[in-house]
Amino acid sequence: MLSFMLRRVGQSILVLLVVGLVAFSMFRFVGDPIDNMLGQERTLEDIERLEQQLGLDRPFPVQYLRFLEGAIQGNFGVSYRQGREVSEILLERAPATLELAAVSAVLAILLGIALGVYTAIRRDGFVANFIMSTSLIGVSLPTFLIGILLIYLFSVELNWLPSFGRGEVVDLGGWTTGLLTASGLKSLILPSITLGLYQMTLIMRLVRSEMLEVLRQDYIRFARARGLADRTIHFRHALKNTLVPVVTIIGLQLGAIIAFAIITETVFQWPGMGLLFINAIQFVDIPVMAAYLMLISVMFVAINLIVDILYAFIDPRLRVAGK
Amino acid sequence: MTDVTETPAPTRLRRILDSDLFYAFRTSPVALISALVTMFLILSAVFAPLIATTNPFDPASLNLMNGFTPPMEPNAFTGENFLLGTDDQGRDVFSTILYGMRISLFVGVTAVVFAMVLGIVLGLLAGYFGGWTDTIIMRAADVQLTFPSILVAMLIFGIAKGITPIEYRDQMAIWVLILAIGLSDWVQFARVVRGATMVEKGKDYVAAAHLIGRPSFAIMIRHILPNVLSPVLVIATISLALAIIAEATLSFLGIGAPPTQPSLGTLIRIGQQFLFSGEWWILFFPACTLLALALSVNLLGDWLRDALNPRLK
Repeated sequence: MLSFMLRRVGQSILVLLVVGLVAFSMFRFVGDPIDNMLGQERTLEDIERLEQQLGLDRPFPVQYLRFLEGAIQGNFGVSYRQGREVSEILLERAPATLELAAVSAVLAILLGIALGVYTAIRRDGFVANFIMSTSLIGVSLPTFLIGILLIYLFSVELNWLPSFGRGEVVDLGGWTTGLLTASGLKSLILPSITLGLYQMTLIMRLVRSEMLEVLRQDYIRFARARGLADRTIHFRHALKNTLVPVVTIIGLQLGAIIAFAIITETVFQWPGMGLLFINAIQFVDIPVMAAYLMLISVMFVAINLIVDILYAFIDPRLRVAGK
Repeated sequence: MTDVTETPAPTRLRRILDSDLFYAFRTSPVALISALVTMFLILSAVFAPLIATTNPFDPASLNLMNGFTPPMEPNAFTGENFLLGTDDQGRDVFSTILYGMRISLFVGVTAVVFAMVLGIVLGLLAGYFGGWTDTIIMRAADVQLTFPSILVAMLIFGIAKGITPIEYRDQMAIWVLILAIGLSDWVQFARVVRGATMVEKGKDYVAAAHLIGRPSFAIMIRHILPNVLSPVLVIATISLALAIIAEATLSFLGIGAPPTQPSLGTLIRIGQQFLFSGEWWILFFPACTLLALALSVNLLGDWLRDALNPRLK
């Protein structure tokens, strides 16, 4: 067990080192930051001053060491476009993304499991069939079209919900939250549905197929023969045994939610890290891109690591076979 | 040396028509309909210059007075009729969709071919040689798989855009897009080809080819490759649907096809600006086209996967 964990941790560090190398190469070789910051009208002195300020005049190994040292301390230099510390900008944007991702994840998990159980128990019912066929459309619609569709329906036509932004936010010692104001909550509804829909359908279909599998097993038949209530059978006996693969998928999908937040945030002009990243790509703002890349890799690698180790705890067969 | 795979044309056609795959195709309504829709869309994209009523990118043919004409209604100023209406600059939406679909399909197909070639080559190398080659290629694949492919594509687009000099960025955008989507998608191909190659490598015909002194390169390309192609075909079809959606997503986010060469995603991005003022058709028709295209290719891929899966027969 210990060697399995150590190997997984080693792999994770390797992934992070590779990503770090990519991030540093971006700094060093991509674009000319001077070009991006100064534009057409510039003097030689301007260029030299800026080069010194950004450390671009130092030799390659020095820059590399400076980058590694900075990255570990969370220091990614100054944004080419905004002229502010990247870490400061990211910290300012993080609460918006994390709140959106968390609400979407909770929504996807609760609704996904509930609908999955329902469609499995009433497998031939009209409502269950309707939910299943609608979910097919949900899977094939691209995220941004779902967002636009919701905006058109609930903001343009019905005028019930805001179509962009976070609404009013409350500052809780550096963490801004929209969860405490009415307009903040209203603004959260459409983006979180857009972001969570795909994951919800995924969880729903998985829970459904696992439930159908489990409901065929002998111990369920015995439980019925013993005269246990349907409720007890479905939730105490069946659902519990479907949860192992569901937990894995949920874990892995958390990373995907954070990545797909980029698209949702752009559609709804949600002031989070994803929108920041898209703007950074448009303006080739390398420090912001690199920092976002590092941050999101740490999140992904940590999630994958936790899921793998959890899984090995739950299912002992994996401890030896893991490659 | 005679080429045994080359059979005369009529025999080959007969063989295709008699095959199990064609029978499965003929008898599946989903496959027939999605193939028809796909063919229809591809043909209308290819022959766009013949079908489109105007060339939307020729400034001489545009009349700003025609802007915001609703579909099937004569314009208030010029009295001209447009099947699907016009956008803010008076461009015929029907024509922009045809030309946009051309770009979407071109990017999608080229990106998938690029990913396929890269994946096949790396997969063959990894599976055939094993050892260090295998470790390096597959570790790289693992690292990339840690991230969703759309994120990888965004990142590659950003880096490639940074490397291109500013004055070429708009012209190069389409190629950068193909590179980004292609590079984000090779892992699937490499994994499947590697697995199949490792199985094929142990078979007698490969040993025989070795024995008569065929070079490794020839064994990989001429002998092993034809035997691992059918799963590749399935992945390619499904990848095409995903690539079309990925392209549309990137272009919609403003990091893909530029407004001078709009793809369906760019058209949706443009259309979104006018949604609030009630000009729904600028967004609605490109979105429907994108959906029809992605859905039919996807269904075709799903069907192909089931039809080629020996376990389901």
